[in-house]
Amino acid sequence: MDKTIRKEVISILVDNQSNVLTRVVSLFGRRGFNIDSLTVSATNNPKISRITIVFNGTEQALNQILTQTQKLEVVQDIFTLDRKNSLYRELLLLKAKVDKTDRTAIREIIEIYRGKIIDLSKDSMIIELTGAPEKLDGFMDMMGCYDIIEVCRTGITGIGRGLPEKAK
Amino acid sequence: MRLTGSQVVAEILLEHGVDTVFGYPGGTALNLYDVLYEYKDKIRHVLSAHEQGAAHAADGYYRATGKTGVVFATSGPGATNLVTGIATAFMDSIPMVAITANVPDSLIGRDAFQEICITGVTLPITKHSFFVNKIEDLENAIREAFRIANSGRKGPVLIDITKDVTAQTIDYKPGKPSQLQGHPIAEDAEIIAFADMINQAERPVVYFGGGVASSDAGDELNAFLEKADIPATYTLMAAGILGYENPRNLGLIGMHGSIAANRAVDRADLLIAMGTRFSDRVALNPDKFAKKAKKIQVDIDKSEINKNVIVDQSIISDVKDFLTGVLPLIKKKDHGEWVTQSTEWKKKTGDVQCQDAQLHPSEVVTAVCNLTDKETIYVTDVGQHQMWAAQYLKHDKTKDFITSGGLGTMGFGYGAAIGAQIGCPDKRVVHFTGDGSFHMNLNEGCTAVSENLPIITVIMNNKVLGMVYQWQSSFYGRRFSSTTPERKTDFVKLAEAFGAKGFRATTPKEFEDAFKKAQKESGPVWIDCVIAREEKVLPMIPSGGTVEDMIIG
Repeated sequence: MDKTIRKEVISILVDNQSNVLTRVVSLFGRRGFNIDSLTVSATNNPKISRITIVFNGTEQALNQILTQTQKLEVVQDIFTLDRKNSLYRELLLLKAKVDKTDRTAIREIIEIYRGKIIDLSKDSMIIELTGAPEKLDGFMDMMGCYDIIEVCRTGITGIGRGLPEKAK
Repeated sequence: MRLTGSQVVAEILLEHGVDTVFGYPGGTALNLYDVLYEYKDKIRHVLSAHEQGAAHAADGYYRATGKTGVVFATSGPGATNLVTGIATAFMDSIPMVAITANVPDSLIGRDAFQEICITGVTLPITKHSFFVNKIEDLENAIREAFRIANSGRKGPVLIDITKDVTAQTIDYKPGKPSQLQGHPIAEDAEIIAFADMINQAERPVVYFGGGVASSDAGDELNAFLEKADIPATYTLMAAGILGYENPRNLGLIGMHGSIAANRAVDRADLLIAMGTRFSDRVALNPDKFAKKAKKIQVDIDKSEINKNVIVDQSIISDVKDFLTGVLPLIKKKDHGEWVTQSTEWKKKTGDVQCQDAQLHPSEVVTAVCNLTDKETIYVTDVGQHQMWAAQYLKHDKTKDFITSGGLGTMGFGYGAAIGAQIGCPDKRVVHFTGDGSFHMNLNEGCTAVSENLPIITVIMNNKVLGMVYQWQSSFYGRRFSSTTPERKTDFVKLAEAFGAKGFRATTPKEFEDAFKKAQKESGPVWIDCVIAREEKVLPMIPSGGTVEDMIIG
């Protein structure tokens, strides 16, 4: 079996009830699955929530995570998102120490990455940026030479393009 | 009709055919127990000495009868005492419904007296759990618990009910049990592909586990082995399914498996795994396990495929469904040479007797076998005696060997034997234990006496914690750390103190006499068998080893 490490985005539709996240996360913990990021969000159906996880591992580990998670009573559906036919987004907030001298240069970077300054003081600034995770990585790279105070990233959420076969 | 939450519990248990429950009362369970008093003509409650014993009893009750075991406990320590019993059932895929009471909803989360979040504690060891703090949710939770416990790969489900819900009332209309989930159905093409591989193999071996027992596929398996002429080996969870004298029966596989079984698997060109998980006690070295063989696997649980050992092909199916489907496609075969070769290996055993005692474990087990009929239910604890029982019992029927395979729970035996005897009052129940395991939960002696259960407990008493002692002896330079406790327990007197009968045996003759006397008793009997501490379980393949590393004697 293929031993190469791959990155997959897994979407899990679960019952929207208390303890659901505990059940899923506890399973990952005890089975030793490594997760890069995890987000939970509402869907258009109030009874269902969506958990999106980014997972790094071998094909065998991926199969285990899919089949073990599927066994949980609260899991309605689980699937990996097809990389080419899915869209991913992540939100980043970054606070940097910025005085007058740096402001223009940073504004230029923000403009190129289509970010927004959402807070500004004499010596600091908070930047908001949304996009594919790679774009956020690139932005972080560019900001590396400035004095970054704090960063938060939401983890990615994703959705497949077009209509699924059954909905057509 | 207007019923209390506790009455709803009783009504739905009856609706599922439950006439026996095991458990222990307590403060938050008072309403539930008050209703058990009201329903005592319809539901028998068996009181244990400790909640762990009650959980093992519910487990043993299922394994002996096929009826879901139900266990009751109060909040806090009552609930946490169930944990080992629930975990044992989980690891062996045994359906169980555990019902615990919790503190009233108004006190939840305040560290109230005897409050524990038992759904949290049992999260990793249940198939699912329910926390019921609204009476409207109660009915659905209980029906779902039975459905989930018995659907697909079976397992335990816990329902935690707050005390206020057990007292509140609701309009209740009698209903029906929820329908079980259907089994996954294999495609015809998949079954044909398997049949082709089986038909073409020259040295095939079947390796099967508890899935064959839980799908009750013993007859189908026997028919399959006969038609295809394939030798078979099994895990501890499937001991008893193949007749002992069957020439295709290679015996137990794995760490303490037979020479024949482990060699045959090593030389096979096709390994057919059914209802089994390639555990580390079987595939001791997963990369070298059955290395010459193509491996194919049938399991009801998709997550078992490629979990421990990578297989070439797999089918997601109940074993019985698979065997029924594949049998007509199997060509009548004669693997004469291969079966004969395997049978030849079978003559070689690890049966080495230690010279410093007059009574040997193999003699004890063989005597029990000779003195009991085929309907006997054998229950074991965990350790050396468990392996000896599995190796020397001449099994001929399914469901007659009850043991804690996955979790390996010392202290499982007596509770499980009590559950089995309660469920099968007309059958003989023999409980094999060791002095180590028995010391853990022998408190259930009082339960066996109160219920007047004629369970015969055979204690393999070597005065050491034998299995660990054996490992320390073989791999730790005989540094016997905490395995030689020098206990002075007199099991004969202790049995009498409980109100049971006790005998001691130091020779095969004494054992036979004691066992015959025990068979005439109407209540529980303990037979203390004095065996040597150097007695080993052999053959043995050390952890991570292969058939090449087998210690024979």
